[in-house]
Amino acid sequence: MAGILVYALHDDEGNFNKNSLGAIAVAAKLAGEVGGEAAALVVGEVADDACASLGNYGAAKVYRAKSVPEGLAQPIVDAMAKVISDEGFSYALFGGGLLGFEIGAGLTARLGAGVTMEVTAVKVDGGKLVVERPILQDSEVADVGYVSEPGIIIGRLNAFDLEESGGTAEVVDVDVELSEWSSKAKLVQRGEQRGADVNIEDADILVGGGRGLGAKEGFELCEQLADSMGGAVAATRAVVDAGWYPYAAQIGQTGKTVAPKLYLAAGVSGAIQHKVGMQNSENILAINKDPNAPIFEFSDLGVVGDLHKIVPKLTEAIKAKKGG
Amino acid sequence: MPAVAPSEFPPPFDSNDVIGPPTDAPEDRIEVGVAIVGGGPAGLACANKVLQLLEDEPELTEKLGEVPVAVIEKGKVAGAHLLSGANMKPSAMEELFPDLPKEEWPVYQEVTKDAVYLLTSKAALPLKPMPPNFKNHGNYVTSVSKLARFLAEKAEEAGAYILSETAATKLLVEDRIVKGVRSGDRGRGREGQELANFEPGSDVVAKATVLAEGTVGHLTYAAYDYFDMHGADPMRWELGVKEVWEVKEPLDRVIHTMGWPLRKSPRFNEFGGSFIYPMGEDKICIGLVAGLDYTDATFSVHDALQLLKTHPFIKKLIDGGKRVAWGAKTIPSGGYFAMPKRLAVPGMMIAGDAASMVNVPTLKGVHYAMHAGMYAAEAIVESLKQDVDSVNFEAYDDKVRNSLIEKEIKQSRNMRQPFSKGFFVGGAIVSAMTVTKGAFPGGHWKQEHDSEVEMDIGRAGDTYPKADNELTFNKLDSVFLSGNATRDDAPNHVRVQTHVPREIAQTWVSMCPAQVYEIPEDQLESGAAEVDVHVTASNCVQCGAITAKGGRLTLPEGGDGPLYQET
Amino acid sequence: MKICVLVKEVPDAAVQKRIDPNTMRLDRGGEKNLNPFDTHALEAAMQIKEGGAIPVEEVVAVTMGPSSAVRALHKAVALGADRSVHLADDALAGSDVCATGYALAKVLESESPDLVLLGQQSDDGECYTIGAVVADHLKMPSLTQVIQIDVTDGKLRCERQAEYGYDTVEVELPAVISVGDAINEPRYPSLKAIMGAKKKPLDSKATGDVGIDAGQVGEGGSKTKVLALNPPPAKEAGEIIEDEDTNETVEKIVTWLDERKLI
Repeated sequence: MAGILVYALHDDEGNFNKNSLGAIAVAAKLAGEVGGEAAALVVGEVADDACASLGNYGAAKVYRAKSVPEGLAQPIVDAMAKVISDEGFSYALFGGGLLGFEIGAGLTARLGAGVTMEVTAVKVDGGKLVVERPILQDSEVADVGYVSEPGIIIGRLNAFDLEESGGTAEVVDVDVELSEWSSKAKLVQRGEQRGADVNIEDADILVGGGRGLGAKEGFELCEQLADSMGGAVAATRAVVDAGWYPYAAQIGQTGKTVAPKLYLAAGVSGAIQHKVGMQNSENILAINKDPNAPIFEFSDLGVVGDLHKIVPKLTEAIKAKKGG
Repeated sequence: MPAVAPSEFPPPFDSNDVIGPPTDAPEDRIEVGVAIVGGGPAGLACANKVLQLLEDEPELTEKLGEVPVAVIEKGKVAGAHLLSGANMKPSAMEELFPDLPKEEWPVYQEVTKDAVYLLTSKAALPLKPMPPNFKNHGNYVTSVSKLARFLAEKAEEAGAYILSETAATKLLVEDRIVKGVRSGDRGRGREGQELANFEPGSDVVAKATVLAEGTVGHLTYAAYDYFDMHGADPMRWELGVKEVWEVKEPLDRVIHTMGWPLRKSPRFNEFGGSFIYPMGEDKICIGLVAGLDYTDATFSVHDALQLLKTHPFIKKLIDGGKRVAWGAKTIPSGGYFAMPKRLAVPGMMIAGDAASMVNVPTLKGVHYAMHAGMYAAEAIVESLKQDVDSVNFEAYDDKVRNSLIEKEIKQSRNMRQPFSKGFFVGGAIVSAMTVTKGAFPGGHWKQEHDSEVEMDIGRAGDTYPKADNELTFNKLDSVFLSGNATRDDAPNHVRVQTHVPREIAQTWVSMCPAQVYEIPEDQLESGAAEVDVHVTASNCVQCGAITAKGGRLTLPEGGDGPLYQET
Repeated sequence: MKICVLVKEVPDAAVQKRIDPNTMRLDRGGEKNLNPFDTHALEAAMQIKEGGAIPVEEVVAVTMGPSSAVRALHKAVALGADRSVHLADDALAGSDVCATGYALAKVLESESPDLVLLGQQSDDGECYTIGAVVADHLKMPSLTQVIQIDVTDGKLRCERQAEYGYDTVEVELPAVISVGDAINEPRYPSLKAIMGAKKKPLDSKATGDVGIDAGQVGEGGSKTKVLALNPPPAKEAGEIIEDEDTNETVEKIVTWLDERKLI
């Protein structure tokens, strides 16, 4: 019957993951052009109306495998493999995230299928899907096609935006026999939040501090600004070297790579060693008093000025806006 | 502020710290036949030659044990830390690999056309007739980085153990006999503390040790102190910064330039020039070399190279091209009088750049290094054949002294010094020397160590262009291109005093091509007479300039530093 | 217990990577090195062996790659593996994820490991998934991006960060675990180990030796195909404000942030 089957991940409360919803939107847009429909697969005891609500995001049909546990990949490989084979889907699509990778990869083996990961866009060519995926640290983008069907597409984190279209989906229950090895991994605890160790890789908003802060105390300004926006603080290698901030917060060629919704760089020059760690941030705002700082070449908004004057006022203004 | 010399602020370093007896228990020591420190042309030519000679010496080979030849190389691979012009004379390759056809040599091309230009800020005046020391017909344009990879591969095929990512941090000496070297520890933190994955180094004991460490020999210079081997003049250096560019139009000739942007007046003492060499059909390299005895604290070879590229004559050569490599390294320029008074002591020999075997006026050193390595190999095999426990390798010294190495470097022995009188006077004197093969004017033009030059804050820094990231680039972007991957929390391997007069600090800041040194911004603005120097050791590409100008480069952990491919 | 560690030779991180426009494949001409994530996998194997909770008879390094890949195996052995296996065959060149996973599973099958460890990603493929592909072929439980492994009662207790936070998962052996770099600090090889590496046993195998169907590997057996290479989307030049009146500047910034729904 062709068409695209999307895996819809959800948490223990039944809230669907936004990357999965984005993938459903992509499927909805393209399924017709490859001669089929967009459908979603849900595992676990998820209520009828919750499943049907995926129709609002573009799914025509939702397959529900009640007895398959959520949270680990291999049982879901069993579920998706069954539905794809039984219903003849041409493509399996995953939104970004760890489980998507693991399930997609397992399906590759199970179905002897081609797989592409870190996909940033999906298009149609001659009734077939072609995906775009960046390679070589985003310096080039490859167009990849599938030689046979089904093809497996794993999206990059945050690549697909969800779209609400109204509508409900038909819910169909499926029975899935788990493979012997699928029960050999047991989830002891899921989704534990770990406080003190701030994970800068997951933060939507990061305030990055660099040499321009002048001294270790400069990071207090960054922390206050980050707090006002609900974000976290990161640092360049130069200041970590100087002992102003911990290594766990370091971004760059040596250090972590991040792609938050907003990277606000205060007193950061934007030298390439740092740039490669944050250049894919959706929005880059830079404050630096040197008009020739390299960061201004790739920032979305560059402010040439003294951060010691600007940042405290900015923090106040944001607090006022949010509070008021 | 009065001019001040860096030598008044000597680095916190003691040669005795890097010389000592083996400390591992005898059963833990690693035994090799010949230990060669340095995987460059000298060391690898030595390794290859030893193994070639051993083919006819089965008895000696057996006595040398499981590992007849070990080459200890601090870079990730042999060639990772090598950078030079270079126009190599073919004699050494011909001697080492007589049956290898030239098509298989790791070279770009034979030099067929030569040109020398005197640059002014706007023009390029061809110098005809060409100064004879620049004639390169019959030589081969090569990359020492590629050459080393080639020689290392050959040596491995012949049975050598190339121990890359291994720093030789201590010379093992017992009863004034060199017994081998000790490899460096790995896994220490910023304060020198042992990290979770700390791995101590090992004593490598050998029947013969060859130091072929290159331009700033860490163990070599400590050995000079310990064994009293210093030459008549102190060692001195020039710093070269080089870039490789992919270009649209191939270059058909080897070009050298003199003059702009280096200043002519003796007051600035800016000696050097640039080289532009073709590298096959689609690449050229361009580099600027300057003596480290300049006097302006704001002089920067990297930035002068960027400025050079803006000259219309040079710009045309790289127009529309793309920079694909960058690197920096010093070259010893002390010449004949800086060579050590002995090249061999019991158990050890020194070969190549580390022994100042560079002919500065003709810019030749690669083939001398290889020849020296081969002489060392011959001396080793001859001596150990008679008695495998012999530590007498003085025959090596004789071979070098009776060879072209000695003869040619001696001819140029005074040719560097006259340039301290300024470009034109210097040029005239050197022409006389060249024509008379060094006989006139003769004598010994005494040299001083580069760090003894008094530094003043001048205006050179004002002339340098801001990076446009198409033609000109800043230092940090360039360091990134060198493939430098030094661990962030590694111990600081650069030894300098960190509170010095501003002139000294500024000298280091401008000199260093990798932006290792920085003066805190608030101190810069306050105009303080004495300032702090902040050292970002992980930027260091180990060029060696700091050793020339009042500090001391010691060895970071093996594997750190640049990964040059074709410099 | 026998542990197999899958390792890969990749272009060195310092080398500028590029695609060969003629073959549409990565140009592997420059310097190569053992994939950094695999050193963490080797370290994990050694720590399990040295930990003593389960007796480990041998740690075997396994790789699929051209002849130069033996260097990666030497490094792996210098880091503690007892011997290595090299799957080398021209028929494998150009294999995509599907084909590679199949080939690796076959060579691992011939070793019958109790535990397969590997780095969660390789510097060149940027795929993050090979462990999961291999595990399905081997019919073993699998986890990726694991940052902690404890051996208790003959099972593995693993921690990894997934979409909602940290998961703790108990895995039965035999299993395939891909590790992240946060799991440990790899040891440095001793000079003795480096020099002794070449003497450790290295078995070379071709596709036929391990029952690989040549039709399922290589370029011909791959199920995906790179059709074209394009430059990345050009980023629009950003706006620049000079701060003269800080209050005004801050207002402009807040407006900008608001427009983008960042606050």
